[in-house]
Amino acid sequence: MSFFATIGQHLYDDFVVEGRYMYILQGLGNTVVITIFALILGLALGVISSIINVFYANGKRGPLMRVLKVIVSIYITVIRGTPTVVQLMIMYFVILTSGSPLVIAILAFGINSGAYVSEVFRSGIQSVDYGQTEAGRSLGLSANQTMFKIVLPQAIKNVTPAIFNEFITLLKETSVSGYVGIQDLTKGGDIIRSITYDAFTPLLLVAGIYLVIVIGLTQIQHVVERRLQKSDRH
Amino acid sequence: MIVIKNLHKTFKTDDGDLEVLKGIDAEIKDGEKVAVIGPSGSGKSTFLRCMNLLETPTSGEVWFNGTQINVPGVNIDEIRAQMGMVFQHFNLFPHLTVKANITLAPVLLKRMTQQQADERAIELLKRVDLVEKADAYPSQLSGGQKQRIAIVRSLAMNPKMMLFDEPTSALDPEMIGEVLEVMKEVADQGMTMAVVTHEMKFARDVADRIFFLDGGHILEEGTPEQIFDAPKNPRLKDFLSKVL
Ligand SMILES: Nc1ncnc2c1ncn2[C@@H]1O[C@H](COP(=O)(O)OP(=O)(O)O)[C@@H](O)[C@H]1O
Ligand SMILES: [Mg+2]
Repeated sequence: MSFFATIGQHLYDDFVVEGRYMYILQGLGNTVVITIFALILGLALGVISSIINVFYANGKRGPLMRVLKVIVSIYITVIRGTPTVVQLMIMYFVILTSGSPLVIAILAFGINSGAYVSEVFRSGIQSVDYGQTEAGRSLGLSANQTMFKIVLPQAIKNVTPAIFNEFITLLKETSVSGYVGIQDLTKGGDIIRSITYDAFTPLLLVAGIYLVIVIGLTQIQHVVERRLQKSDRH
Repeated sequence: MIVIKNLHKTFKTDDGDLEVLKGIDAEIKDGEKVAVIGPSGSGKSTFLRCMNLLETPTSGEVWFNGTQINVPGVNIDEIRAQMGMVFQHFNLFPHLTVKANITLAPVLLKRMTQQQADERAIELLKRVDLVEKADAYPSQLSGGQKQRIAIVRSLAMNPKMMLFDEPTSALDPEMIGEVLEVMKEVADQGMTMAVVTHEMKFARDVADRIFFLDGGHILEEGTPEQIFDAPKNPRLKDFLSKVL
């Protein structure tokens, strides 16, 4: 058989017979859902915890702030100090032993991502000139108003590249979802391999799909960055 | 308007404590314009920033309109809204247009609706001759234009008093005049002002009183004539001989 005939046969066996392409489509769907919701959760956790860190560093040290600061420190240390897949398994097998696996995965990946987003935002916020905060406060704005209306919008511009990086990392990290029985894109390809004993074609397709998504995200990143540079033109 | 009693400020630094203000008593009356002069590093900025508590005094009292403001329980945001501040480095918000810079605080603090604030912004911009820059971003402005906008941004809150911390020190020489002119206009309209400045001519022309700050104390205070024409303190004489 010629090379192309072999490929054709593989494609047919891997994706057409018994509607096996559905493993890929469903897997892709799960991967996208986990990534997007985990990203949203991670952004929320990351922004909140970074603001706690920054307020603490700026001298806000009431009793509540001290407690929050300790929680945030532990959170970031533990998450950055342990492998994502172990965190996912702990979430699935130890903490939330019942419930939708998809939701559990979103929680695990979101909490994980939040720790990295937090560090990104902390340095992003601290790279905004402190004179901006002073100008806001001198006008009578509260610390929170100054943070959300003046400092954060500028920080977001600074951190956009790093956040897209985190988005891309997160997308790829969800490929360990199979460890807790979730059929994501990677697992979908793997199931086909276990049926047809052809590893090459499904893995190549799976890799190609990740790659296409990442290239797409990178394009979006460029558009967003250009938009955010609007106020920098001279 | 402002009364300061026995004000001390010590900064904690890596090299130990640095006592910058060592017991300052001062008063600025309604409508009065006070210029603060003195050598670099003498604590002029610190003194000014203690008035709106951007720096927290280590001890002493700061009173604004009959209320002591450096005690717990005071809503400092409320006080600061009545005290504009203009900085050496302008500190305009780079992500906002000129108009949004001006309207942000009045609208957020519910002093005005967006529409009222927009109208007020345009009116103020006309006064400083920058109305055509309303939709520009700060990065598109010259230093002198930025500082005029910063003054307008403070004025938009209708403050009772304005603090200026070396507002022309970061400007190219040819832009100093346009900013001083705006400040003069603000002064002429009766604003209470405290101005840290190296512009001695401005201090002489506009100030009612001048504080000479050195070594953590107000070493001499008086009218421009007393300070410039008949200085008594040797450190003041020495300082004036260098700057005049
Ligand atoms: N936040 C701070 N931390 C430590 N030292 C400071 C701080 N702010 C000012 N200083 C020091 O206090 C002294 C007076 O500063 P400043 O008030 O800015 O003087 P001036 O405005 O008269 O030049 C300087 O020696 C300066 O280095
Ligand atoms: Mg200074």
